[in-house]
Amino acid sequence: MAGMFIDVQVDDAVAQDRDLSKKLVDVCAVDIFAQSEDGALQIVDKNLDECVLCDLCIQAAPDGKVRVIKLYES
Amino acid sequence: MSILIRKDTPFIVQGITGREAVNLTRENLDYGAKIIGGVTPGRAGRDIYGVPVFDCVRDVVEKVGQPEGSVISVPPKFTVDAMIEALENDIKLIVVVTENIPRGEVAQAVELANLRGARIIGPNCLGIISPDEAKMGGVGGPAANTRQAYTKGPIGIMSRSGGMTTEIASTLTAAGMGQSTCVSIGGDAIVGTSYAELMPLFEADPETKAIAIYSEPGGRMEAELAEWVKEHNSRLPIVAFMAGRFMDEMKGMRFGHAGTIVEGKEDTTAEKIDRMEAAGISVAERIEEIPALLKKRLEEKGN
Amino acid sequence: MRFYEYESKALFAKHSLPMGERAVVKTKEEARAAAEKIGGPVVVKSQVLSGGRMKAGAVQFADTPDEAAEKFEHVLPIVVNGEKARSILIESKSKLVQEYFVSVTWDGRRKLPVLLFSDMGGIDIEEVAESHPEHLSRTHFSTFLPLTPRLAKEAVGKTGVTGNDLNRLTPIVFELAKLFLEYDLTLAEINPIGKLENGRFIVLDGHVDMEAEARGKHAGLLKELGIGDDETRQARPPTPFELEGARLNAVDHRGVAGNVVEFDGDLGLIIGAGGGSLTLFDAVRNHGGKPANYCEIGGNPSVGKVCNLTKLILSKPGVQKIAVMMNVVSNTRVDMVARGVIKGCIEAGKDPGEVITIFRIPGSWEEEGFKILAKHGVEFCDRSVSMYEAAGRAVAKLKAS
Ligand code: SF4
Repeated sequence: MAGMFIDVQVDDAVAQDRDLSKKLVDVCAVDIFAQSEDGALQIVDKNLDECVLCDLCIQAAPDGKVRVIKLYES
Repeated sequence: MSILIRKDTPFIVQGITGREAVNLTRENLDYGAKIIGGVTPGRAGRDIYGVPVFDCVRDVVEKVGQPEGSVISVPPKFTVDAMIEALENDIKLIVVVTENIPRGEVAQAVELANLRGARIIGPNCLGIISPDEAKMGGVGGPAANTRQAYTKGPIGIMSRSGGMTTEIASTLTAAGMGQSTCVSIGGDAIVGTSYAELMPLFEADPETKAIAIYSEPGGRMEAELAEWVKEHNSRLPIVAFMAGRFMDEMKGMRFGHAGTIVEGKEDTTAEKIDRMEAAGISVAERIEEIPALLKKRLEEKGN
Repeated sequence: MRFYEYESKALFAKHSLPMGERAVVKTKEEARAAAEKIGGPVVVKSQVLSGGRMKAGAVQFADTPDEAAEKFEHVLPIVVNGEKARSILIESKSKLVQEYFVSVTWDGRRKLPVLLFSDMGGIDIEEVAESHPEHLSRTHFSTFLPLTPRLAKEAVGKTGVTGNDLNRLTPIVFELAKLFLEYDLTLAEINPIGKLENGRFIVLDGHVDMEAEARGKHAGLLKELGIGDDETRQARPPTPFELEGARLNAVDHRGVAGNVVEFDGDLGLIIGAGGGSLTLFDAVRNHGGKPANYCEIGGNPSVGKVCNLTKLILSKPGVQKIAVMMNVVSNTRVDMVARGVIKGCIEAGKDPGEVITIFRIPGSWEEEGFKILAKHGVEFCDRSVSMYEAAGRAVAKLKAS
């Protein structure tokens, strides 16, 4: 579920990639990414609105695979 | 000209790897500051936006050179130690950003600073800015925001509130009045440098033509300023904005900064306004009146 | 943070300052038993934080245990400056031949502690300072040079005290100066120190204020004295609304959305930062507005924190609308505050465009913030609208509704 202001979308290929998932968990300062026990990526819904728009997650993944959407712009 | 800092003032950041310190390091560098090193114990060898990190101030002095200033942004528990470390390494200008430091510890560092011929600004302050030259500390925020609010010119600002330093500068800038140097002196009951202690510096700075200050209830700083102005027959017109007038009726309640509390009559805004006006300081009721009052006072002086 | 008299005395006792026998009591029976045990005449004193208890009749004397019980019942219900007694202190009453005053506090100008001593204790010290300045000495001392008794000797001696009196007063005064530094106090006062007929001195009443910032450092002492973390010890005890504000502010460490103080108006305020809040609160009152609360946000609080604060303020009975205002911000982000207040309104079941009278926070990330506000139909303004003007708009809008 999206937040009230921010949604973060991740391509399935990225979500299955453990190393990349770990990187995303590391770069996000407001804990929007988490890994389940098998290493798959999860989006922590309750933290979405805390996103500081730092783009670090976007830069960490191949182009266009992670998207941070400002819901107030649509 | 400006006071306290110039474009090429070499300084360091103590606690440089902390969240707030990383931020202010980037902001200061973007604004053109010359940060020659940073200190966080145990983190030697790293770098923050190209600034080399060392374990202690002594290592910066030995490996890079003697800094003139230091911005201290470390947790409250370690602040007094950081201040002493800077002083004992011959740093002469120390800006302490950290808040919630007991005043006994501040007093200790100030006493030592006096012995060492050094100056402490803060604690609980946002630092110093000489527009278009450099800034030391978080004042003004990101460089782009800082440029929007602060412009070069003839007005010096001193403020017990960091945020209001920028609000006043922004109001002056909008009215076409730039600033020479703006100092957020800190909101605690004991700070390293008071209004009156900065006055001789502004007085000696040919660029500064007038002063704007932000003041609030609590403490004797306004009374001290009023006395200084009278005793030294200052050439600088001063306009003060007084916040927290509602507190006069609320004895013993602490609002805002740690130093903001009305205990005795001398702490009230009414008493402070009287004292300042008696010394020839104009007191503005609203921030937006400051530019016009300054203009009027400058015209009276023939400027 | 002020200590009650009985707490001050417990601290003094730890440092062997001479005092009369005493007990803290909460019931009539305890009062009688305490007086019985102490023996002889006693003083029955209400334990309140504010001054003026003598004038309010909340200090009484009793010659017998029965009388002490009676006086207990008399003193207990007395409200001093709006403050009810926390407990009653029963203390032996001594016959005095003279009273002295000693106090240690900070001199913000000299940035040093200053020791005040007078051989005219028991009366208002400001009065002594004015009419008998030679009976009041002021002695500054270092915070890091070794603290030795000569400081006290000089302070006492300067008022003309000499002989045995000087030698007996010096250690008491010295101990107080030591306590002051050791516990990060902002005030340590004994008024009066009494001289007994046998030439000895005892502490009769004491005031101690500890710096709020140093509470953590002295957690052990506070625990020993029974001072709880939730006791703010301001001029009045915190209201449940204020305590909830403090709790919400403590849930995460990112920024501040707290220092909530309750007022009885109808306009909720989400304002900041330290200086900005004082300025804005004045401005709202100047325009004839009635604030429902004071608060401070700053240090870039999380969206969740601002959201919770918004909900808290909206939940306060009588709050119709809120105003969200700050000075030009540097490190607090406009967009994060915008998200927080809008989220708070919506979670409270209100339309942000309706309840938020005005949003005036210019500064970092304002473009992003203004987009969010526009999307939710909230009226906002940039730095071209002064803080004073923004407050006026908020008040006018509330009045018009
Ligand atoms: S933009 Fe930054 S804060 Fe937002 S999800 Fe990505 S890493 Fe986290």
